[in-house]
Amino acid sequence: MKVLVAVKRVVDYNVKVRVKADNSGVDLANVKMSMNPFCEIAVEEAVRLKEKGVATEIVVVTIGPGTAQEQLRTALALGADRAILVECADELNSLAVAKLLKAVVDKEQPQLVILGKQSIDSDNNQTGQMLAALSGFAQGTFASKVEVAGDKVNVTREVDGGLQTVALSLPAIVTTDLRLNEPRYASLPNIMKAKKKPLDVVTPDALGVATSSSVKTLKVEAPAARSAGIKVKSVAELVEKLKNEAKVI
Amino acid sequence: MAILVIAEHTNAALAPATLNTVAAALKMGGDVHLLVAGAGCGAAAEAAAKVAGVSKVLLADNAAYANQLPENVAPLVADLGKNYSHVLAAATANGKNILPRVAALLDVDQISEIIAVESADTFKRPIYAGNAIATVQSSAAVKVITVRATGFDAVAAEGGSAAIEAVSGAGDAGKSSFVGEELAKSDRPELTAAKIVISGGRGMQNGDNFKHLYSLADKLGAAVGASRAAVDAGFVPNDMQVGQTGKIVAPQLYIAVGISGAIQHLAGMKDSKVIVAINKDEEAPIFQVADYGLVADLFEAIPELEKLV
Repeated sequence: MKVLVAVKRVVDYNVKVRVKADNSGVDLANVKMSMNPFCEIAVEEAVRLKEKGVATEIVVVTIGPGTAQEQLRTALALGADRAILVECADELNSLAVAKLLKAVVDKEQPQLVILGKQSIDSDNNQTGQMLAALSGFAQGTFASKVEVAGDKVNVTREVDGGLQTVALSLPAIVTTDLRLNEPRYASLPNIMKAKKKPLDVVTPDALGVATSSSVKTLKVEAPAARSAGIKVKSVAELVEKLKNEAKVI
Repeated sequence: MAILVIAEHTNAALAPATLNTVAAALKMGGDVHLLVAGAGCGAAAEAAAKVAGVSKVLLADNAAYANQLPENVAPLVADLGKNYSHVLAAATANGKNILPRVAALLDVDQISEIIAVESADTFKRPIYAGNAIATVQSSAAVKVITVRATGFDAVAAEGGSAAIEAVSGAGDAGKSSFVGEELAKSDRPELTAAKIVISGGRGMQNGDNFKHLYSLADKLGAAVGASRAAVDAGFVPNDMQVGQTGKIVAPQLYIAVGISGAIQHLAGMKDSKVIVAINKDEEAPIFQVADYGLVADLFEAIPELEKLV
């Protein structure tokens, strides 16, 4: 079966971002960008499904600026067969992204779509669920285990009290949680080979999708800083402070 | 216009996060209606009717809603939601699973994990793992929003007297089914609602050593959490994880033991009132956010702490 994987170019998870002085956003100029960590897990899962003989083709798609081709090449080096870039300079909300992905799903007709559960920049945790709704597919969010069995996929999900397993009819949407797998690294020969794999570039207009949004960001501020704490010398002093100064125990 | 809040419940009782979500709804203005969708959830609906500030409870009792499968619940919520100005759910695993599906069915954007209500259409939410706070304004016909429970003080669970009205939905969409679940058992308070949280990290060295934290927690009436490092190393189950990808907590007292304080962990606990860090590395980043830091070997400090409290 065909597997579609959506990936996103985001600020690298190790970067400590700074809010711009004019409060218009965070400063992303000259900051290291990478594939969103949850998307890496999604690519890895697709590649493992292919290695098991379940998946026959892996198509990786991203929506973003031209530079997002770097993340597509990374996915190709990890084992994806071909890539699609929906080129769009503006930052889009999840609903617009889900609509664009729906257009790609309609065209590609995958049996399984794998996304990360959330991107570490906007922290929305919406796109997979929205794509599932728009496509009319079942959804297996926050997956820690994915097993394709016939025309169904069993997904074990991380929920608040533990784990839950659901059976979904294919085609279905799966969003990955951290413990689904450990993503591999791309080897140098595979990085070289990835340069020759096909990468199509399309525009939202060509897909016939309007990307307007009803939510606008008025300002972005730094969170309130915590006042500097103190170091105590002993456990006795700590207990004394907690009891008498902070009054929390 | 009224506000629809999706109740988080276990069929028998309401989950505490519902009370925080109602508090957020009341700040937006308008009547607050609670939707209890489940199977055999009459008890939860009765508890919902008693919540202060709730003017109506909608009860959708159907076997298809038993396990909150989004394929079945989202069409119900979207159908009801059309007649409301806002549709809210707590930003729990369940709320996050269902609500974006509702938003897409209503063809509106969703706003995730708000921590403050500025007005009926303007909200604050953290982005970049809590390293920035965005103020966003929505012009959507129906504002679909998940609420971070720790951002709002819970309303009283008693005192209201709302009427219960039965509603029906389409039921089973036939796309998914519940297979089973494996819930972690714990007698301690729930992590996200506890007044005191004690978390262990990689410094605990193994799962067995968490017993030191458990016995301290029992003495303090605290919940026990963990960093991702501790979960990934298999010391404790993942529903104990505090952080950007785990649970967000804001207790009165958070004690971080053997946790270095990575950005992703801080995102889950830095709104705690008082933070205590116990770590033997005095350069650990956790000390930059800790109100009280103790540079010590946790295996000596924790038993001593247990003795003194």
